Amino acid sequence: MSKVLKDYLYSNDHEWVKKLNDEEVLVGITDFAAKELGSIVFVDLPEAGDNVEANSEFGAVESVKAASDLVSPVSGEVLEVNDDLVGEPELVNEDAFSAWMIKVKLSNPSELEELLSAEEYEQLL
Amino acid sequence: MSDIKYTCLFDEHVKLNAKMEDFAGFSMPIVYDTIKNEHNAVRQAVGMFDVSHMGEFAVKGKDATAFIDHIFCNYILDKEPGSVTYGMLLYENGTIVDDLLVYKMNDEEYFLVVNASNVGKDYNWVVEQTEGFDVTVSNQSDEFSEIAIQGPLAETKMKELLGIDLSTLEFFHFGTYEFGPFQLLISRTGYTGEDGFEIYASADATKTLWSIFLEGGVIPCGLGARDTLRFEASLPLYGHEISDAITPLEAGFKIFTKLDSDNEFIGKKALLKQQEEGLTRRLVGIELTQLAIPRAAYGVYIDEEWVGFVTTGYLSISLNKPIALAMINRPYTKKDTKIEVKIRNKMIPGFVRDKKFLTKNYKSKGA
Repeated sequence: MSKVLKDYLYSNDHEWVKKLNDEEVLVGITDFAAKELGSIVFVDLPEAGDNVEANSEFGAVESVKAASDLVSPVSGEVLEVNDDLVGEPELVNEDAFSAWMIKVKLSNPSELEELLSAEEYEQLL
Repeated sequence: MSDIKYTCLFDEHVKLNAKMEDFAGFSMPIVYDTIKNEHNAVRQAVGMFDVSHMGEFAVKGKDATAFIDHIFCNYILDKEPGSVTYGMLLYENGTIVDDLLVYKMNDEEYFLVVNASNVGKDYNWVVEQTEGFDVTVSNQSDEFSEIAIQGPLAETKMKELLGIDLSTLEFFHFGTYEFGPFQLLISRTGYTGEDGFEIYASADATKTLWSIFLEGGVIPCGLGARDTLRFEASLPLYGHEISDAITPLEAGFKIFTKLDSDNEFIGKKALLKQQEEGLTRRLVGIELTQLAIPRAAYGVYIDEEWVGFVTTGYLSISLNKPIALAMINRPYTKKDTKIEVKIRNKMIPGFVRDKKFLTKNYKSKGA
């Protein structure tokens, strides 16, 4: 079974969003997505200072076999990327909810209202 | 929608919790544990693959040898019974119908092993070529199951678990062996770059062998690892390095043709013409100098100009670096030529290199 954590928001593309404060969020992929991909061998992330847009691709996670696009659940500026994942992409498989990928400063915080709650996301799985 | 087929080992794969996917019309195991672990098992010890989806044809008749010589691009006339020969079937234009193994039983009987994804196409094509030859071709794909047992410990395991001594079976040779009530056709061949065997047998025999191997510590490996292994060994996959749009010369496989002999074969004229005019592109190895994964069909560029495409690429498990096979336009095929691969709209730098990613551990002679 895949883990779904209560205090996170979710997208239909199997990304999670964790609110740090009213303006800043962390974005990662869900435990379900990580399990579906299998062993992750490479995470391709944007750079701090880049802008991401809701429902647009911002990078990729790659297993041995295939690359899967990362689709941003929110719009805004990338404040920070999780450099640990460059050297240790397997962290995503080990604990998808700790392995955040980007920290975003929201340009449109109301987008969070479009996202799914843990209960709603569980229905998807 | 066509019906999905199942190999005789389907229940075993499900029991082992394999991730199953449809491949060439069959529900096949992609991975049981992780591709990396399965890959390393084959490189370092021994693994087994269910490759029962492969196609098998019997070609029999007075003209069997002449017929194979006509349709097969590699030498066959000098081969002895018990030999296995790798080569291709070509269209008149020199592009590739399929690559295959030809097992010679005797002058009047051959056993052809073709790709699962091409069985129907190959069978029709081979039958069409029989006009004027005293031969019959039968598609025996449903009668044979197949396990490939691959890795440096393959010979030891065959002896230990089946009591079959294969120490004198030479590379690219086969024999028939009794095992209990079963008859096995075993060749010293494979698709991993390691020593190993391919075992063709009935479904009952195959299920028995699988259980014995599993209990004996042979690691089950899926099609995922099969592809990473064959790629590192620079072995081609139909639809990638070779296809009906690529000739053996472009793919760098002149060595598997009898182009320099007087023997006629389908596609020879086109290959001779291509050779005379000079190749416009060629399969090369590439290596990226920045971490990223070059995947099939990604474009290869020099100064923003498209010069070719990746046919297969991975973050190599054995070498832990991003490498690929790529079809590149000349003159950019020279070693150390700087190229870029376009990966998600980013240009990732790399260079052209040889295709010898790793040293193959074949057994050249029986002990």
